[in-house]
Amino acid sequence: MYNIAIILGITLMYSAPLIYTALGGVISENSGVVNIGLEGMMTVGAFAAATVGYYTGNPWLAFLAGGIAGGLVALMHGIACISFYADHIISGIAINFIGPGLALFLSRLFFDGATMTKPIPIENKIPRSLNGVFAKNSVLDVIFNQYDTVFLAFILTAVVWFVLYKTKLGLRIRAIGEHPEAADSLGINVYKVKYIAVILSGIFAGFGGAAMSIAVVANFRQSLISGQGYIALAAMIFGKWKPQGAMLACLLFGAAQGLAVYLGGTSIEVPSTVLNMLPYIITLLTLVIFVGEGGSGPAANGEPFEKN
Amino acid sequence: MEKKKNRFVMTVLSIILGLLFGAIALKVSGYSPIEAYKVIWLGIFEKPKYVVYTIIRATPIIITGISVAFAFRTGLFNIGAEGQFLVGSLAATLAGVYITFLPPVIHAVVCILVAALAAGIWGGIVGLLKAKRGVNEVISSIMLNWIALYLSNTMLTVSSFGFKRANSDSSHKILESAKINLFQNWKVSEAGRAALANNKLLKDVLTPPVNAGIIIAIVLAIVVWYILKHTTLGYQLKAVGYNKDAAEYAGIDIKKNITKSMFIAGAIAGIAGATQVLGVNHQISILGASEGYGFDGMAVALIAGNNPLATIPAGLLFGGLKYGGAKLNSSSLGAPSEIINIVIGVIVLFVAMPKLYDKIFSGIKKIMSKKDRGEQNV
Repeated sequence: MYNIAIILGITLMYSAPLIYTALGGVISENSGVVNIGLEGMMTVGAFAAATVGYYTGNPWLAFLAGGIAGGLVALMHGIACISFYADHIISGIAINFIGPGLALFLSRLFFDGATMTKPIPIENKIPRSLNGVFAKNSVLDVIFNQYDTVFLAFILTAVVWFVLYKTKLGLRIRAIGEHPEAADSLGINVYKVKYIAVILSGIFAGFGGAAMSIAVVANFRQSLISGQGYIALAAMIFGKWKPQGAMLACLLFGAAQGLAVYLGGTSIEVPSTVLNMLPYIITLLTLVIFVGEGGSGPAANGEPFEKN
Repeated sequence: MEKKKNRFVMTVLSIILGLLFGAIALKVSGYSPIEAYKVIWLGIFEKPKYVVYTIIRATPIIITGISVAFAFRTGLFNIGAEGQFLVGSLAATLAGVYITFLPPVIHAVVCILVAALAAGIWGGIVGLLKAKRGVNEVISSIMLNWIALYLSNTMLTVSSFGFKRANSDSSHKILESAKINLFQNWKVSEAGRAALANNKLLKDVLTPPVNAGIIIAIVLAIVVWYILKHTTLGYQLKAVGYNKDAAEYAGIDIKKNITKSMFIAGAIAGIAGATQVLGVNHQISILGASEGYGFDGMAVALIAGNNPLATIPAGLLFGGLKYGGAKLNSSSLGAPSEIINIVIGVIVLFVAMPKLYDKIFSGIKKIMSKKDRGEQNV
């Protein structure tokens, strides 16, 4: 029981940054803009949050800064894809060069040539509101004594679900992703809604980065994000472009990660590199065995929209 | 022809814009852009050996660029070049260390073929999963990239395999017969040393690990260009990429072609890994994260407009910026070398926006024609 609790705790911790970022992907791609640039947006968000957190000592301000920074990078993607009809994948790849480049460039400027930011003291990290609620090291404590960003990730999943499926804006986003010409003929401002969706996706990816740099760890460094944006992208596709699906896919990945960490701590003799491989193999196998013919996403995803 | 010319002009303009953005970023952060670009320029061209290092740096990303460009042309997005490169490196090293009975040249060729086959299968898995089970190629490629990284690390860290050299983070060195370096024996021979003593230029050029990689890259570029342009196979693969339904209607087996295409793309990326091992590193090492040869290849392919032949100049540009740019940190200027990634990203971003150029060009034309009319009125 206690062992399962440990795995669950690690699952929640590892999943949270991915959930934010995958939600960003869900929002953007439902409006028809493919967002492979999540990785770059996440990296810039992680850097901005760690830097603002270090200088102000205010974790939530830092978290917000991460979101804003991610949103600004997303704006670039939006301008290229929406206003200038760029190929979304190419623009996304460009963002993934610019984002990490920018983050490290600025890091060297702000931190005397270092490619990592200075660590944030523990009291200035994202708080853990449930710390001390449960008896120390009890099962519930091990599972739920998490940084607040973990709980926020799940709350935002519900919010994104609500906005996408129960509000006018959500309906418009989805309509545009399916058939922009039809939406346009009904008087919806396709460009505006797409911009909103893409910028929101960057904000979420920035949150994801922040959830790494000021909660899971306490600073930004070169290898912090390396690849997590791509995993969030995969989770979004795996979750069939739905917020709840993306969340579950992130949890699956986090659980595989948790299992790997847990097995590493036991006496079972498995090389750590094999354990590291585990989350990726489990994800791939799950896809092959259970998912197979997956959905292909919104009908007009990735297609440029040009108003006549 | 007109279109091709526009494409070329657009690419050159994008490169200029990328460098300009880099200059602005440097200026804003208090560095002299002119000094910085001078450091990069001299870093590439000051000495003949720097030029040779640049070519060596460019070789693997030219080849991964060919891989990505080929896949793009057949309608597939090869985000998996990274993993295929690693599998190719691993396979080439294994073949270079453990096949002990082959003579030089033949041994190297075998290593390259083994790498191509292994990485081809690695890429083919992606195609097969997509064709048979409808698994999105982006997800499976991303997962396989990581699996490749840890597979390679596992081969090295599990001591009972005996692949890793004791007291190091690297594998055994490949045998001499597997290396594709040129003039290495001659360089240390008596005749060679005598010749080099009198020829400073030649000595300088031969300082870096000169190898046949760039020749392999050029041959590959030509072969892939030819396959795409002049063969039935290329025609079929392109047709599937261009319009899947039409191709199917014309009797082309889509699923088979997707797998075939990913196999070829994987094999090419694997050769990139092989040249890096056989020509430069002569071993593989435990890696914390992928080194980015596959992702760099994406940028190369995009700057090249997915034309296999154009990956050569695009790769040299990218390799030059990376090699010369790395000297920014250590130069007296001390500017962050990450500026190079920003420059490259901006170049790719502008290459992605042909419509932007259309607007600019038509805007210029309008102004020009107004001017003409204005002058006529006077």
